Amino acid sequence: MAAPLTLLLVVAVTVRALLSSSALQQLIAERVEVVSPISAWKRVIEGLALLDLGVSPYSGDVFHETPLIIYLFHFVVDYAEITFILADVIAAVALYISVKDYNKQVFRKQKFALEADRYPMDCLELIRSPKEMHYIPLKVAMFYLLNPFTVLSCVAKATCGLNNAVLALFILATIKGNMLLSAIFLCLATYQSIYPLTLCVPAMLYLMQRQYIPVNPRRFGFWWFVAQYLFMYVGSLFVLVCLSFFLLGSWDFLSSVYGFILSVPDLTPNIGLFWYFFAEMFEHFRLFFLCVFQINVFFYTIPLSIKLKDHPVFLIFMQLAVISIFKSYPTVGDLALYLAFLPMWSHLHRFLRNLFLVSCVLLACSALFPVLWHLWIYAGSANSNFYYAITLLFNVAQILLVSDYFYAFLRREHHLTYGLYLKRTDGSEATLVLK
Amino acid sequence: MWIGFSLLMPDCFSLSFLKDLHWCGVCMSVAPPHPHTNTDSFQEELVVRPLHSGDIYASFQFRTVWEADFSRGNKVSHYQLFPKSLGQVISKFSVRELHISFTQGYWRTMQWGQPFLPSPPGAELWVWFQDSVTDVDGTWKELTNVLSGIFCASLNFIDSTNTVQPSAAFKPLGVGNVTDHRFLRYATLPREIVCTENLTPWKKLLPCGSKAGLAVLLKSEKLFHSSFHSQAVHIRPICQDQRCKSTSLELRQTLNAVFDLHTSGQAKREWSLFKMFSRTLTEACPLASSSKIYIDITDNSQGEQFELSPASSLLSQAVVLGDRRTFSVYDLTDQATFGSTRSLNLLIRDMLRPLLHAERYVAGYGLQTGEIHTVMYNHHPYRSFPVLLLDSVPWYLRLYIHTLTVTSKGKENKPSYIHYQPSKDRLRPHLLEMLVQLPPNSATEVTVEFERALLKWTEYTPDPNHGFYVGSSVISSLVPSTVATNTSITQEQPLFSSFFPCKEELSYFVRVYTEPLLVNLPTPDFSMPYNVICLTCTVVAVGYGSLYNLLTRSFQIEEPSPGLAKRIANVIRRMRGVPPL
Repeated sequence: MAAPLTLLLVVAVTVRALLSSSALQQLIAERVEVVSPISAWKRVIEGLALLDLGVSPYSGDVFHETPLIIYLFHFVVDYAEITFILADVIAAVALYISVKDYNKQVFRKQKFALEADRYPMDCLELIRSPKEMHYIPLKVAMFYLLNPFTVLSCVAKATCGLNNAVLALFILATIKGNMLLSAIFLCLATYQSIYPLTLCVPAMLYLMQRQYIPVNPRRFGFWWFVAQYLFMYVGSLFVLVCLSFFLLGSWDFLSSVYGFILSVPDLTPNIGLFWYFFAEMFEHFRLFFLCVFQINVFFYTIPLSIKLKDHPVFLIFMQLAVISIFKSYPTVGDLALYLAFLPMWSHLHRFLRNLFLVSCVLLACSALFPVLWHLWIYAGSANSNFYYAITLLFNVAQILLVSDYFYAFLRREHHLTYGLYLKRTDGSEATLVLK
Repeated sequence: MWIGFSLLMPDCFSLSFLKDLHWCGVCMSVAPPHPHTNTDSFQEELVVRPLHSGDIYASFQFRTVWEADFSRGNKVSHYQLFPKSLGQVISKFSVRELHISFTQGYWRTMQWGQPFLPSPPGAELWVWFQDSVTDVDGTWKELTNVLSGIFCASLNFIDSTNTVQPSAAFKPLGVGNVTDHRFLRYATLPREIVCTENLTPWKKLLPCGSKAGLAVLLKSEKLFHSSFHSQAVHIRPICQDQRCKSTSLELRQTLNAVFDLHTSGQAKREWSLFKMFSRTLTEACPLASSSKIYIDITDNSQGEQFELSPASSLLSQAVVLGDRRTFSVYDLTDQATFGSTRSLNLLIRDMLRPLLHAERYVAGYGLQTGEIHTVMYNHHPYRSFPVLLLDSVPWYLRLYIHTLTVTSKGKENKPSYIHYQPSKDRLRPHLLEMLVQLPPNSATEVTVEFERALLKWTEYTPDPNHGFYVGSSVISSLVPSTVATNTSITQEQPLFSSFFPCKEELSYFVRVYTEPLLVNLPTPDFSMPYNVICLTCTVVAVGYGSLYNLLTRSFQIEEPSPGLAKRIANVIRRMRGVPPL
């Protein structure tokens, strides 16, 4: 499997290098769908220039990156393209290895379940075979590297690529069972944008399962594990924040980075739901709706964790999707990460209901975004409503995609417990509904 | 060109009445003269300069010098010539220097030369506070509101989003050794319109009001029918005498107007006071110690270019803006000035080309990004001199300082001093101050890129597609002069040459304002707040609903529901306690 992976990496690096050195790079780096006020490369350069002028980058409202990014790019600003391409490669390789490991565990669990006779007789066609699972890691890496969204994000040098790489490493560490590394990588991801905080729960669930600690709130072992993990996580976060303080000598970065992500003062258009909503909000209700929208990202954690406590990796996928749809400044780079997971659930294909619709809508919206932006900003013949409508449609398509996969997953689990071909009381073929 | 002085016979009654009033005023002062009585003096002057293009430039200055000292918190209750409203403002807000100007129109430096007192379009206010002020921002806010009431202007729009503290470009123009720029505040409102409502309270501040002296010429119909008019108030402390042991407070009210050849002059190169102001002069202000009119006759030394009538035997020479100019002086306090009617005829030749000139424009297309270009011209043939450029850009145009480039003659010209304060959204604007050396006979271009922000729908003005104004850039410089300037301060100097303090003989201070800019921002649809809230909440609800369904419901086999008759039967059976169908 190493050879196809290497070939894939070579192709991906070539594509990115070609695009980075062409005239399209400048064009892509300005697109609002690809860069946002918290991930734009222009703003990183601006922050470094302000530092050179002797002014704190956080004294203005242009720079919203964390101090570690300043520290990193202070040294590698001349090799920026290589850094971002390397980040993409690391993310893809990490996903590859983690999916491979996860498949092994899935197969082993399935084998035990089969031997224990836990599956009804007629759902044997739902059982996964090693042959079908063989190419999934390569497909995951391919979905990540050759996704046009990822390529655009890397060519534009958006720092979202670095965040994706850290999240991929976090997933790798979690699946390998390394508690400390998992906590550290998750802390790095949270430090850059607050939302990966919700991935704490699936990480803990997975690690507990791997160490055979029963997930039961009444047992001491459960709480001891949670305390250990949280201690490592909060501890590394504390260390990082203090390090950032010592880098520039002030706490300004807290309000410039985290205050900015949470209070959304900048209404630059992007592919998310926040900008136009808060541009047209009545002043009286602004704080209320801001809290509602921010809580919306976090509060799916507990219900999803309770429902999916036996399937933490699917939970990670769901959480990543919820974050990238409902976060305050989403970009296509955030989408690329959870879209890379789709080959892992290819066995759910027969239960998906809206795949055609969703893929058509996503393709159409991706094509319409630049068109309607040009009509609004440059041609002046459309207004902001056109771009906003496409934003709405794009987000609805993503929500449909995610809920469709969730439905298919739950349905397969149901069939694995109760059988594939279900009959009604009078013996005729049954239809399953959610009640 | 003809200028006619229509000076009628003085109206004896009105003159003597005013004189009596003046004497009565003196008699009615309560106590015998106190040894520390504050004394004040008032001078007025008008300079008329015919311009190259056929237009005519009139500059009024009214100066009141008051030997009062507010710096130690003295309370003053007796006001004579100094206006009470301004005196109260100065003492209450501990103001050291105040400069406020209201301008309509843009001064065209290349066609009209340098003005005596430059001002940017719109309103400009800059104030140096005393160092006893503890809360400068709070005092600034109150001061702008009070001045807004005094001048009937909407200065209350000055707030932290358009106020800056320049560190180098605006040094105090009066005496004093406080240079801590924490006590300086500068703000412009480029959108402010000037009209009669602003002229009237300005005229009321004059000791004679608009009833006597040069101020009778200030009638709004003709004055606002001009290409450019600017009224300003400048208050600053000055030395009382050469030894400078104590300071007095100087109030200068200036009014500059340029009358256009075609709109006001009916395309005839013939100007008179009546044609410019639709009034004539009858007397000087009785409270003035000096009241003079200066006509610039430099280009008419042999009397062959134009004719000035009535002719005056008094001549004066002054060095102003690096040029030695000759003036014909009319002293209005001398009764002999008024007599039979006279008329003038003027012709103009080339004036001294201004050495420093600047332009500014916005480049780029679309509503996402843009570039501000400021071009500064140095027309001196062999001397280069440094200029201090001050740019205050509102927060909604996000400047990217790493794109700042300064080029002269095609090569990069690095500024020796840059002070940049980035903006904070909805709190303060960008402040960029740079010291640039302009090479001789060149154009220096300063370029910086910006990004346009989308504002909340309530932050747009009712006419959002008009655009948003960016205040003028200020370019301050000491320009080398070909003629030696007079550095001594005397009381007999004409007012127009004594405004900017002169420390060196070989250079003079010049402040040039560029044009204000008008930029368009992308706008949301203003009719849509309710719709947008509903639609976005619908999308969030779609997500919530799907996930809620999947989380709280489980899969069940669907049993077909029985018909209506059977259901009613089942209900009755349940009531009877019999098993259902």
